Amino acid sequence: MLDFPLWKKIWLWVLTLVAVAAAIPSLYNATGGEWPEGLPSPTVNLGLDLAGGSHLLLEAESEEVAAQRLENMEEAVRAAMRNAEPRIRIGDVSTANGELSFMLDSAADIDRARGILEPMMQGQNLVREWDLSVVDTQRMVLTPTQGGTENAVNDAMESATEVVRRRIDELGTREPTIIRQGDTRIVVQVPGLEDPEALKELLGQTAQLEFKLVDENALITNIQAGIAPPGSQIFPYAVGSDFEGQSVAVKRLGGIRGDSLTGAQSGIDPETNEDVVNIQFDQQGGQKFAQLSTQNVGKQFAIILDGEVLSTPVFREPILGGSAQISGSFTAESANNLAISLRSGALPVPLTVIEERTVSAELGQDSIQRGLIAMLIGSLAVIALMIATYGRFGIYATIALFFNVLILLGIMAGLNTTLTLPGIAGFVLTIGAAVDANVLINERIREERKRGRRVIAAVENGYKEASRAIYDANITNFIAGVLLFLFGSGPVRGFAVVLIIGLFTSVFTALTLTRMWVSGWLRAKRPSDINV
Amino acid sequence: MKLLKLVPADTNIKFLKLRIPFFILSIVLIVGSWAAVLTQGLNYGVDFAGGQEVRLTFEQREEAPVGELRQLVGGLGYGTPVVQEFGAPNIVSIRVPLPEEVEETPGAATEIGNQVISMINEEYPGVRTDGNETVSGKVAGEFRQDAVLALALAMLGVAMYIWIRFEWQFGAGALFALFHDVSVTLGIFAIFQLEFSLQIIAAILAIIGYSLNDTIVVYDRIRENLKKYRKMPLPELLDLSVNETLARTVMTSLTLLVALLPLLLFGPASLFGLVLAITAGLFIGTYSSVYLAAPMLIWLGVTSDSFVPKETEADLQEKKARGQV
Repeated sequence: MLDFPLWKKIWLWVLTLVAVAAAIPSLYNATGGEWPEGLPSPTVNLGLDLAGGSHLLLEAESEEVAAQRLENMEEAVRAAMRNAEPRIRIGDVSTANGELSFMLDSAADIDRARGILEPMMQGQNLVREWDLSVVDTQRMVLTPTQGGTENAVNDAMESATEVVRRRIDELGTREPTIIRQGDTRIVVQVPGLEDPEALKELLGQTAQLEFKLVDENALITNIQAGIAPPGSQIFPYAVGSDFEGQSVAVKRLGGIRGDSLTGAQSGIDPETNEDVVNIQFDQQGGQKFAQLSTQNVGKQFAIILDGEVLSTPVFREPILGGSAQISGSFTAESANNLAISLRSGALPVPLTVIEERTVSAELGQDSIQRGLIAMLIGSLAVIALMIATYGRFGIYATIALFFNVLILLGIMAGLNTTLTLPGIAGFVLTIGAAVDANVLINERIREERKRGRRVIAAVENGYKEASRAIYDANITNFIAGVLLFLFGSGPVRGFAVVLIIGLFTSVFTALTLTRMWVSGWLRAKRPSDINV
Repeated sequence: MKLLKLVPADTNIKFLKLRIPFFILSIVLIVGSWAAVLTQGLNYGVDFAGGQEVRLTFEQREEAPVGELRQLVGGLGYGTPVVQEFGAPNIVSIRVPLPEEVEETPGAATEIGNQVISMINEEYPGVRTDGNETVSGKVAGEFRQDAVLALALAMLGVAMYIWIRFEWQFGAGALFALFHDVSVTLGIFAIFQLEFSLQIIAAILAIIGYSLNDTIVVYDRIRENLKKYRKMPLPELLDLSVNETLARTVMTSLTLLVALLPLLLFGPASLFGLVLAITAGLFIGTYSSVYLAAPMLIWLGVTSDSFVPKETEADLQEKKARGQV
């Protein structure tokens, strides 16, 4: 066990020094310095509980995705039936119970309709997204499959994450972390941000902009009673708009959605002195908007944002330029927020904040400082105790401990992991494990000497006999660490990460590095007795 | 240089003589702990209870006016707030339970937090806001579930490994010792009504890790001695093993203690609960390794045969051939 060929020694030193080098930028930053740009800079991120900042957990209302999907399918089916040659007439369309069903006017069309719809049932990647069935000879029912809904939610979450990222980038905060978590959640962490109100306002806005035709035939009494005429929907006016408190009926289909924008800016209308948002459609959206306005000159339409009507202007003339102005109920700030949200795209699904934490940076700084001082005192006490008890072997153990901390930091930096408060508990446990390994070895060497073994044999046996318990103990902790990482939430995982990496570094430093140093010393001096 | 020896060279303390009284004590501790947990309940922090929690430091005072704060915040009309010291006498955490309808409305909860903060700032100038946290009931429920799952799986997982590496009796003994450690720690938190948060889960995990370390060291020595002294009665052999590893046990516990004490005394207030739990666990874990994990082996019937390879059919044939049977 004490045999260390040169190549092995070189390897061990290279490994050690690389890991230690990786720790340097983090340590340098911790002392308040700025690591020069351009140099490689792996750093340990500090969790929000240490660095201060805001943490938001957002959850998507996935039922909205399903509802949206149903609506899109309805439009697609209507269009497909209308464009069929000859046209297939349908009626009694319903989207109740999460499925789309409609009657064919003539049962004879059933095979033709099926032929047209069948290709629409298939999604990408060979996943069947809808099931198509016929009941009572001429009613067709389209039911979303589980796989199809999952795909849709997944797509929506992916683009929602992207939209969230773009919106936060617009705020100009530094290094936000935005990660999807589980099926329907997004974690947002912004270091240094102490007032997350603006952020929440920005993320709380879905920014689904819709232009829909007002149903001018709807009876006001019906609207007030909340009864929508067939084919129409009732939307309330937004708070702060001209008709706050009232509602308006709009045609459910045939409008356009404002998710195909190329730009949005807040501004002030020079004529009315009102805060407005100017939007530009992309080519396709512009064409649709031109078509809608051309076909409906003189008619009233509603500008709807996130289910609330901002205003109901009239198409005075066809709007062909591909740009439009939205007004109604804005303040300078809310106009600016809406512009940002529109620029970064609409959220495909509304998000709600289900967990929110803000830690002041001051507290974080205070925590780090006091933590470092305490760790320094603790380390000195441990070192004194180790050296007083084990002499030279205690010195080796101390140096090993020192390297253990550096290597652990280095690996954490290299893997770009985050150190949190519970992570510090993991650190303490790791250092405990490393100390324990050295104690085990040294006690065993003492014991072997007491039994009368010669120096080399005693050291050799000490390492050999002690390493069994060391490995067993560390493997068990490793198993626990992995299980924690897989099944634990947030802080528990922070603990597990440090624990898992730390187990490797403490076994490496306490068992391998000290053995190399001890063997080097034994070879050089060949002592006949050791003080241990 | 004369080296320090914390434990004299050849100790022969009859640890296991007192195994039955100590076992009874342990059972009483476990039962008492669970009784405390079930009757008094754990003082859940915002992580597990859900709601709104603000943490404040009264920078210009020695001590935060906990009683006055309770009254002040209670006056807001959101139910009785939980106001408690948080790591230092001048730091408090204030938790306000959220009315159900507020939980449904995003932003409303933080609004309550801000209301609390601004009200206290008016009344007591020079208060620093350290944190403002909202956890919805749904997420808190998931946190509780995850914590229980992670703890249970971690304990079962390590017990399985010990079973494989040693014998089933060792696995069962270690599992029981861990159960004891976790129970007693929970009991301490219930009796003293210390705030129980996700951080404390991390602390309990550290305790499990440490206690396990201890147990494995003792078990390893027992395994070694079982092979070495096949005729020695088990209680005597266990005593020998515990005595042989005593120097290591004391030294390791002491080093960890000197590392933890500064963190407890001078460390950040936010770590206080965590470090306190680990420190308490250090003693609990050491005790359980010696007085629970080891004697369990007697009651579970470990014999020296457990680690001696069984004679195979081939061995028997050979013996027969030599005329030894």
